[in-house]
Amino acid sequence: MKKISKAKIDELFKAISAKETLYIPVDDSEGQAAFIPYAEGLKMSEDLNTVRSAKDLFFPQVESLVNFKMDGKHIEIIDAATEKKPFVIFGVRACDARSFDILDRVFYYAEPKDSFYIERRDKSTVVTLACNAPEETCFCGAFGIDPAEPAGDVSAWQDGESFFFKANTEKGEALLAGLPLEDAADDAADKVKEDIRKITAMLPLKDLDLSKFGPGKTQELFNDPAWATLSESCLGCGTCTFVCPTCQCFDIRDFDGGKEIRRYRCWDSCMYSDFTQMSAGQPRPTQKERFRQRFMHKLVYYPDMHEGLFSCVGCGRCLRKCPIHMNIVKVIKTIGEEK
Amino acid sequence: MQAVIKKKAIELLESGTVNRVLGWKAGEFFYDLTPAVFTTPEQIEKDFVYSVFSGANMSKYLIDESKKEGKVAAFIKPCDGYSFVQLQKEHRIVRENIYAVGLACDGMCDMREIREAGIKGVTSVEEDGETLKIGTIYGEKTMAKKDALLERCVHCKSKKVVDCDEMIGENGEENRDCGRFDEVEKLEAMSPDERFAFWRSQLSRCIRCNACREVCPACSCVKCVFDNPNSGIAQKAAASDFEENNFHIIRAFHVAGRCTDCGECSRVCPEHIPLHLLNRKFIKDMNELYGFYQAGADFESKPPVMNYTTGDAEPSIVYARGGDK
Ligand code: SF4
Ligand code: SF4
Ligand code: SF4
Ligand code: SF4
Ligand code: SF4
Repeated sequence: MKKISKAKIDELFKAISAKETLYIPVDDSEGQAAFIPYAEGLKMSEDLNTVRSAKDLFFPQVESLVNFKMDGKHIEIIDAATEKKPFVIFGVRACDARSFDILDRVFYYAEPKDSFYIERRDKSTVVTLACNAPEETCFCGAFGIDPAEPAGDVSAWQDGESFFFKANTEKGEALLAGLPLEDAADDAADKVKEDIRKITAMLPLKDLDLSKFGPGKTQELFNDPAWATLSESCLGCGTCTFVCPTCQCFDIRDFDGGKEIRRYRCWDSCMYSDFTQMSAGQPRPTQKERFRQRFMHKLVYYPDMHEGLFSCVGCGRCLRKCPIHMNIVKVIKTIGEEK
Repeated sequence: MQAVIKKKAIELLESGTVNRVLGWKAGEFFYDLTPAVFTTPEQIEKDFVYSVFSGANMSKYLIDESKKEGKVAAFIKPCDGYSFVQLQKEHRIVRENIYAVGLACDGMCDMREIREAGIKGVTSVEEDGETLKIGTIYGEKTMAKKDALLERCVHCKSKKVVDCDEMIGENGEENRDCGRFDEVEKLEAMSPDERFAFWRSQLSRCIRCNACREVCPACSCVKCVFDNPNSGIAQKAAASDFEENNFHIIRAFHVAGRCTDCGECSRVCPEHIPLHLLNRKFIKDMNELYGFYQAGADFESKPPVMNYTTGDAEPSIVYARGGDK
């Protein structure tokens, strides 16, 4: 294990960013944390997590795919892919680190492979950070995620004086090798981990029961009457999907600039009325069906296709940000109750 | 207050005055109330909550609810009441199908303010006079209620419920000196470049989740132009940051004269973008150019932008007031 005193964290950030772009969570003008490129003088946010999740760095909200230039009858096709530079992302929480596994199964391993995503994943080094102060909305534990033992290429912990680092992959070792770090005992972070686990044992959602969900539950849950009541006040806004680290849907659109067309993809949300709309119409005609899609996908369909892995990581963002406070925890507790 | 409201709701159901009640339903925590329709006294006993976290404006739900079979009871805070009247003026809700109970209100709280005061892991909040007693997984904290108020409550423009069938608590008055334009004045005092930079920076954080639009009682179009592929300006996500800014400015224009300043857009924005400042700038300009106007304050008046009088400002005002650009 390696360590650095907290007073020297800027030196560490400078050393990393001298070689590659370094993203750290920083508070914006309204005090909301977001991953932005490190520059001298920036301070790491004290917030537990960022509003937008770390997935943005691999799967950005908007991304150009290809451009078409029209000149009379001649159409020139221009590849819009830009070369991606290696980068380091520092301070990813255990929940978001798990979300990368969930997205990888869709964009990295499954056919057709997503070259944009793969390139970014390959060129990134993820440094996670254990959560010293989980919030009441955190329920990562329900998905077997331990905030005291975050994954990633490098795992990091902090106590009052120091940051501690442990490399988990070759990429992680390569990163740590070049940095101004001191050696630390292998158990240096054990006290921090112990303290974290004391807190996770007190979290109000720690006993969230997922046994009603998982592979093969479609028939049982699809027509549950509670979908109608749960979705009743949903605004169909899409906030929950856009802050969610595991939501993965996108749409492909053209921006017609007259002489040039930009074909881009952008995040989509199953909460929207035009989601997967076809010429024959909308397969999910009311908010009830759209709402059901979001939660069935996370809790049943995705696990069906991926060996039982849920595609929620319990980060709690949707609990904090939904304008009407409807969320996956309320769904988990309500659906399937009536039997 | 909660006990009185629950009693009233049950009474309205049992007497057959209404067949359902629109209200706030208890959640996982004390603060995460969800708008819900209650149909039995038991449901109300069990789950109906009215607390400092009942900020959500229910008026927009009445568009659909008032078109269903039978009467629905709605509890209306003063700020919600302006939306309630404005929607009636726009013929969006069927008033006969609503039994409206006005609520006197002394301000709603914002979890965001509590969290930003550094209070984390909150598991309970109790009102104790002017103080909030806050239980957290990291021990008990206190905070003055006035520091935890929603922005719109800090600058509450009116304590008056314009239209209701009965009141719980005493109906109040408008307060034109509520200071809600102070922040707008600060923006006006900026140079055009500074102001441009301010809005670019604020709006650049937008994730285009559309929460502001979906929650807005003035945004009641069946299909928004930005969702309509045939409009030519549909945007699921903006292709450029210019388009992003465009969405917000167009939306502000679309609601000008109808926006009651209910504050819901700023309350729900996950990125904490002060959208109310955009709408308030419009309101302030209209007040200055056409005389004071409050959308939803009555059933007769016409919004200045939909009304012509010979005393109206001339278009040249744009140049006179437009700064040096
Ligand atoms: S659940 Fe909440 S955040 Fe998600 S679409 Fe519905 S209202 Fe919006
Ligand atoms: S569904 Fe909600 S809690 Fe689960 S990963 Fe998405 S935002 Fe986080
Ligand atoms: S279907 Fe819905 S819940 Fe699933 S990834 Fe897509 S947007 Fe998210
Ligand atoms: S959900 Fe777990 S890993 Fe994520 S921020 Fe909360 S405690 Fe940390
Ligand atoms: S609510 Fe906020 S983030 Fe969402 S679209 Fe509106 S301004 Fe953008």
